[in-house]
Amino acid sequence: MNYLSPKKKRSGLAKWSRRGFIGAGVLAGGGLLIGIGVRSGNPVDTLAAKVAPGENEQLVNSWVKIDSENIVTAIVPHCEMGQGAHSVLAQMLADELDAAWDQVRVMQAPADGSYVVTDTARMFLAPFTLSAADWIEPTWDGLFTQMARFADAMITGGSSSIRSTGQHQMRVAGAAARQMLKGAAADAWDVPASEIVTRDSTLIHEASGKSAPYSEFASAAAEQPMDQTPKLKSSSEYRLMGKSKARTDIPAKVNGTAEFGIDAVPEGLDLSYAAVVRPPVQDTKVESMDATRAMQMPGVLQILNMGNFVAVVADSYWQAQQAVNVIEIGWSASKSPIKTMDDQFAAFAAALDEAGETGGKEAAAKGDAPGALANATTTIDAEYKAPYLAHAPMEPLNCTALVKDGKCDIWTSTQVPLMARTAVADTVGLTKDDITIHHPYLGGAFGRRLGAEYVSMAARIAKATGYPVKMIWSREEDTQKALYRCADLCRFRAGLDDAGKLVAYDSVFTQRHDPAEASVPAMYGIPNTAVRVAETELHLPFQAWRSVDHSQQGWFIESFIDEAAHAAGKDPLEYRLDMLEDAPRHRAVLEKVAEISEWRKPTGEGIAKGVAIVESFGTIVAEVIEIDMSSGKPRMTNCWAVCDAGYVMNPDGFRNQIEGGIVFGLTAAMYGELELVDGAIKQSNFHDYKMLRMNETPNIEVALINSGDVPIGGAGEPGLPPAAPALTNAIFAATGRRLRELPIAKQFV
Amino acid sequence: MASFILNGQDMAADVDPAKPILWVVREELGLNGTKFGCGIAQCGACTVHLDGQPVRSCSTPIAEAEGRAITTIEGIAGEEGELTKVQQAWISEQVPQCGYCQSGQIMSATALLRDNPQPTDEDIDVAMSGNICRCGTYTRIRRAIKVAAGIEQPGTEEE
Repeated sequence: MNYLSPKKKRSGLAKWSRRGFIGAGVLAGGGLLIGIGVRSGNPVDTLAAKVAPGENEQLVNSWVKIDSENIVTAIVPHCEMGQGAHSVLAQMLADELDAAWDQVRVMQAPADGSYVVTDTARMFLAPFTLSAADWIEPTWDGLFTQMARFADAMITGGSSSIRSTGQHQMRVAGAAARQMLKGAAADAWDVPASEIVTRDSTLIHEASGKSAPYSEFASAAAEQPMDQTPKLKSSSEYRLMGKSKARTDIPAKVNGTAEFGIDAVPEGLDLSYAAVVRPPVQDTKVESMDATRAMQMPGVLQILNMGNFVAVVADSYWQAQQAVNVIEIGWSASKSPIKTMDDQFAAFAAALDEAGETGGKEAAAKGDAPGALANATTTIDAEYKAPYLAHAPMEPLNCTALVKDGKCDIWTSTQVPLMARTAVADTVGLTKDDITIHHPYLGGAFGRRLGAEYVSMAARIAKATGYPVKMIWSREEDTQKALYRCADLCRFRAGLDDAGKLVAYDSVFTQRHDPAEASVPAMYGIPNTAVRVAETELHLPFQAWRSVDHSQQGWFIESFIDEAAHAAGKDPLEYRLDMLEDAPRHRAVLEKVAEISEWRKPTGEGIAKGVAIVESFGTIVAEVIEIDMSSGKPRMTNCWAVCDAGYVMNPDGFRNQIEGGIVFGLTAAMYGELELVDGAIKQSNFHDYKMLRMNETPNIEVALINSGDVPIGGAGEPGLPPAAPALTNAIFAATGRRLRELPIAKQFV
Repeated sequence: MASFILNGQDMAADVDPAKPILWVVREELGLNGTKFGCGIAQCGACTVHLDGQPVRSCSTPIAEAEGRAITTIEGIAGEEGELTKVQQAWISEQVPQCGYCQSGQIMSATALLRDNPQPTDEDIDVAMSGNICRCGTYTRIRRAIKVAAGIEQPGTEEE
């Protein structure tokens, strides 16, 4: 008997490539430009109708160009927000192209541009359906379907850049370019293309002693017929893939020259600055405003009542922020019945009560969970509570905008430049073609910059002023009036047989966003499972937050599995291993983490370890966290992580992402909580919405397993979900206290 | 009129003396390497040196810099842009992710190593715990400080 989700299917590159459409062109100045994508009329009409309705256009989603100086440029449709995608995508393209790595450059694909036919990279979505890789099957229904509705899917998220764009586009673009260069050289040298080898951006024909840089044949290559399914390298042929090449964006990030959205200083523009204040509860509006005092403050140019927010425009952001702080605003009454977190959890509890033991919407079902629960030798139950969380990227939300002469220019850090453009078009009443989005590096995002409401706000301000304005949100606005990881309540029941084996599992919760499989413990061979959702409206607006549903579900599930292990009187790691008989990759990951963490050796006085394993975004990650409880409070000393992503393209970059995911997860577990006072968020800045710091961060060791022959997994998110449960499981091991709500720190005062 | 030395150059700026150094260097002087993170000296993204001491520039008025030397991330490299040992270690250990906090991290680490060339883990904790990295690069920052101090060997690219 199978789970309804996630589905398990196999597929590969070839399936996509057969349907892909590759186009080539000649660059001004004599170079080769290759794009890969799909167009209407291909067998992807159903998809095209979804993402590009009514447009008969070639949709291009990745490019490589070779210029006359023999520089290879990878034009990357993803943003760089710290995940290293720019660099690794170039690495993948350059490897297939046999390009000299030191002559490879990376360029951010513009959200609009003359060499891109139309809404270029909206086809970021294409590879998913075209290749139908098994990991996307469940996800497609959720995250990406939701995003596709916007039809502007130039998205960076879902831990997807390397496994989708990298595997299906950058590599194909590189391989196709290499074949065309060989074809052009073969014609010129009058030798068979098969005798030409490529190395370090050079074409070589050994028998005749001829060689030439790629640039010499770049123009001629553009005239070559293009193989729609260029042969890609096998892993034994990789020269750059699988290597820890240094990231290309890092040098600019150590000397202050890296440009983030907030650093935009558009040439020739004399910027003014805006500070904003949004409603404390987001369904409310400005009813009254007294800005007399603010208007008299130095540097203040304009004070704008925009209905659902107020903006002060001044010569300096600092002046604008000071002025905005003294405006007296009367807000309308909120219609939300939720005033406190107790109200929110009560609403969740009411929905769970109504769903009862079998109700709610079925998320996954296998066997007969109610029957097996009734017949179990032992049953256990538990209720877990997860709080709302803010993304809190270090770069506060900001956007610079100029609306003038029927055109609009936007400079901002965004994960969704085309969606931002659509939002601006709707806001200021211009067509998309009149809007240019400039999107430099992001100072963190973690899902926050998948929303674009702040971009629309800046556009509205700039439209009202008629001059260029840089809007910056204070940290307080960013913490209190943004978009959030949902809170949730999850109830579990489990049945164990005589031997302590988990034979029945039932969970019910109220929030199901993405990915769809996050709430399903599919890897464990539990014969009878029911996963149900009693959907409940949230008081705070939702936004995907690093690892999305896995962020709470990973903690729920792996905490409860730990409870089952203890109820069975078994070691929690061995108990999991026993349940992973049919999941050899998961077993190998867990065995490896047991080995490197010395799980099976006794620990010292006051020291304890906890374990958790979660598969998310195609990558299996097990973590063991060691704590020292000798002070009476948990102090994290070590964290060991083992990851199987199938194949890792840049091991050091991958480890950096896992390390970051762990710290992000531990930060939330230790401190993350937003409370409500009269419906408004109480926490405001880093003094009360705390982050893990250097002195609290454990040593982290990350080991990688390349199990191969599976679709590769992501890096940005999978490190996070096991962190919180590994920590709370360690606390249980040390103290016998099972923490069923977060955050941890306030429970050890 | 505020007079101070910025990255070795004499400067005079006609600004409100209460305006924080952060916004003077960013908005008036065009040096964008120093970052705004919280505005209340909680995150360290805005760290600069004032007469060599790390300060949170978001909460330090320009008046406090009168007659003193401000050093920003743009001012620590050599005259030809040659990177300091700290900056080199940040590259060899591939520390930054988004990179937004790293100017502040590097300024804190630079001050630490100047005063204490062989810091212990506890010394690093004390000097660096005022700087938040939301991407979570703390373990790499610690390693890079040790590499810059010569306590550990730099990492290599290949494996």
